Amino acid sequence: MTQKPLLEVEGLKTYFYLDDDMVAKAVDGVDFTVSPGETVAIVGESGSGKSITSLSIMQLIQKPGKIIEGTISLENDNLLKKSGKQMTKIRGNDIGMIFQEPMTALNPVYTIGNQITETLKKHKKLSKKEAHQRAIELLKVVGFPRAEKIIDEYPHQLSGGMRQRAMIAMAISCDPKLLIADEPSTALDVTIQAQILDLLAEMKERLDMAILLITHDLGVVAEYADRVLVMYGGQIVEKASVEQLFENTKHPYTTGLLESLPDIDKEMDRLGAIKGTVPPAHSFPKGCRFSDRCPHVMDHCYESNPELRQVESDHHVRCFLYE
Amino acid sequence: MYKYIIRRILVFIPMLFALTVIVFGLAMAAPGDAISGNELADPNVDPEVYEQQREALGLNDPVPVQYWDWISSAAQGDFGNSLVYNGRSVAELIEERFANTLYLGLFSLGITILVGIPIGIYSARHPYSLFDYGATGFGFLGLAIPNFFFGLIAIYLLSIHLGWFPAQGTLSGPGQSGFNELSDRIHHMILPGITLGLAGTATYMRYMRSEVLDVLGSDYIRTARAKGMSDTNVLYKHTLRNALIPIITLMGFEIGVLLSGAVITEQVFQYPGIGTLFLNSVTNRDFPVVMAIALILGTLILIGNLIADILYSIIDPRIRYD
Repeated sequence: MTQKPLLEVEGLKTYFYLDDDMVAKAVDGVDFTVSPGETVAIVGESGSGKSITSLSIMQLIQKPGKIIEGTISLENDNLLKKSGKQMTKIRGNDIGMIFQEPMTALNPVYTIGNQITETLKKHKKLSKKEAHQRAIELLKVVGFPRAEKIIDEYPHQLSGGMRQRAMIAMAISCDPKLLIADEPSTALDVTIQAQILDLLAEMKERLDMAILLITHDLGVVAEYADRVLVMYGGQIVEKASVEQLFENTKHPYTTGLLESLPDIDKEMDRLGAIKGTVPPAHSFPKGCRFSDRCPHVMDHCYESNPELRQVESDHHVRCFLYE
Repeated sequence: MYKYIIRRILVFIPMLFALTVIVFGLAMAAPGDAISGNELADPNVDPEVYEQQREALGLNDPVPVQYWDWISSAAQGDFGNSLVYNGRSVAELIEERFANTLYLGLFSLGITILVGIPIGIYSARHPYSLFDYGATGFGFLGLAIPNFFFGLIAIYLLSIHLGWFPAQGTLSGPGQSGFNELSDRIHHMILPGITLGLAGTATYMRYMRSEVLDVLGSDYIRTARAKGMSDTNVLYKHTLRNALIPIITLMGFEIGVLLSGAVITEQVFQYPGIGTLFLNSVTNRDFPVVMAIALILGTLILIGNLIADILYSIIDPRIRYD
């Protein structure tokens, strides 16, 4: 893929300035690209910085958090140079976003229709009637057979899966070039999860948009992603195509994540687990951020943090084992 | 919805009935009666005369009989005559003062809402700013200072020392009309209105601040921002309606708070309203007036709560009454 990237993130650093003069380096120097029509997954445990990365792209970081460095370019246009007002024209229009919690992500006091049409009215300057018509179409597209009724219903009248469908309808309403899906299926029943992810994949084909999929589920990654970024401690530790990542796993952290998945072909008593927990973002170890939990840790891992190096044509890894 | 409202109104009847029993019992349990004040005032009159008056007014009857006499005529809309104000009818006494209290109450509610809510919103949008700390300080002060004390300070400073506002009454003099009368009335209402509304303003401000802060941090506000909604839209459309839901509860209580607060505030400012009348009637054991006012206040508080419940269902679609 030599196409020009749609989204280009370079050296992104998002820090949170906590009380007691502590600085949480939630995202600490992240580079990646998303090409048009591509699905890129960001994987990592809770606290690895994947959600903050996605919110940084949208510039929805709230105080005390701040993007302190880097560039985020959408079609060669640096979003970080834009004013707050200019960003409101990009959010929801060029970049759509859906969130983890469908139960709380919709405003409880407005109808589904109201919440979809306001986006259309703002970005596409549709009249009330046109927006209403378009909202019904969108609801049908995301799989509501009774769209004419759903449009007048309130979020509390819908189930979790239906709300997530409505969220998707809202996020794709203005044909965004990029859809950021932050754990879109995590809060749903297992049966509904697959439906929602399939719907996203279908929408991607249909609208020819790129998806940045934030997840901690490697099963989802294998199924839906083209390329994968594994994040740990606010940094990318491994970056590869999905085939490379699963067949030629490099980083001990990625290996740990894969071992923690059940494998139907293998007989095993217990699943593997990575010992310890993610270090808090305000007190990373001095050397490699994974050093305290790594089974292959060497002396110099405690001394300095390795760089992200290219080991194969489409495979980068941040580990001294591959230097 | 209509069924619900009718059902609620029907429930008013037993509640108001219970209210009359309790207030009547308390009024009767208080020592002395309307005549004993006169006895003390003029010891030269033959005690026999007072006894005849008591007999004539039915004050010597057993309490249940007196209650029956009262409630049977009250049920027909006749609240009887005052035992103190030269036997004028209760309805007439209340009528001439009710409007004053109503204006004062609305005026102070207006101050409460127009000052408390915007300050609360501004504080929430700029939390931990200098303005926010100032507003918080004012809020605690407003809640901590007793009504009557604030009233006295206001009279002392703004009325006696600076002479900006009149210290008492509703009008400077008789014979005014039109706009002059209106502005004079408002001028007289400012100090008692602020005094009465102070605690409410502080309460609304604090509630509004915490509600708006809470809503601004919620997931659906993040969704609205992610859709590209402007800050104004996020605040006025997505935040306020949600933040107002708990405020409605406060407003339901507000009528009761204002009316009971009016009793003290009106006394401080010698404002001729229901509050002053109520206090005088209690002191003079003028039970027909006490009963009528208690009934009116009780009804108003019940209506206030009903309105709050109806507003709830209008503002929050999750609440439905069938």
